[in-house]
Amino acid sequence: MSYTQLAIIGILVVIVGDLFVLRTRLLTRKIFWVSYAIIVFFQLVSNGLLTGFRIVRYNGEVIIGSSTPVEGPPPFIGDGRLVFAPVEDLMFGFALVLLTLSLWVFWGRIGVQRLPMAGPPRFSPGRKRDSESSP
Amino acid sequence: MSNFAYLGVLAFCFIGTLWLEIVLRTRVYRRWLRLILSVAPVIVIFVAWDLYAISANHWTFDSSQITGIIAVASLPLDELLFFVVIPCCAILTLEAVRSVRGWTVGDEPTRDGVGDES
Repeated sequence: MSYTQLAIIGILVVIVGDLFVLRTRLLTRKIFWVSYAIIVFFQLVSNGLLTGFRIVRYNGEVIIGSSTPVEGPPPFIGDGRLVFAPVEDLMFGFALVLLTLSLWVFWGRIGVQRLPMAGPPRFSPGRKRDSESSP
Repeated sequence: MSNFAYLGVLAFCFIGTLWLEIVLRTRVYRRWLRLILSVAPVIVIFVAWDLYAISANHWTFDSSQITGIIAVASLPLDELLFFVVIPCCAILTLEAVRSVRGWTVGDEPTRDGVGDES
């Protein structure tokens, strides 16, 4: 099977996992999409380093684009790539992140170290000002 | 190129998110049991995928930019650590957003009759 096919299957399996198996339904929550937006930005940076410096090299026969060239970096954008990495990596990353977060929320829901909850931030001048102004 | 190039990228990710635990009080590493239970299945599933991809020649690693230590079968240690570090970064990000915005994730205790939220 190609990387493209596996990546699509991976996404679908993890979506089913979130919605119907673990029933965490993160895909329906704002916090997931805002977190994912932050994560995907840094994924493009870190994966761009891994692929742009050709630390990891891809076989063109199993991705939408071409093989990682023997000399020099792959295209920054185009030929099935985004920030040097095959677009399949975005799907791989989405599956990795959604599965991880679904499991994290799953364990919390059944009571494994639900507490202590996150927050509040150590430095939140805005919040302090709010509490001072309201009784 | 350095044999620590791949590890350097992972260090960037790990250190780049570590401050969230302290400054935003994400309390992810503090809840280490829940963290291990969440990351372990991810490691198993994605290492299996990775081993298949390596055996089917989907991708290769530049031997001059990784440590050269093999973790399991044909999987470089660097790549195994990827599946440890990145999930931790993802969870830290989720908890950081929760810390700052206060949005619900779905694991909040159900407190009937208690409407107090601060």
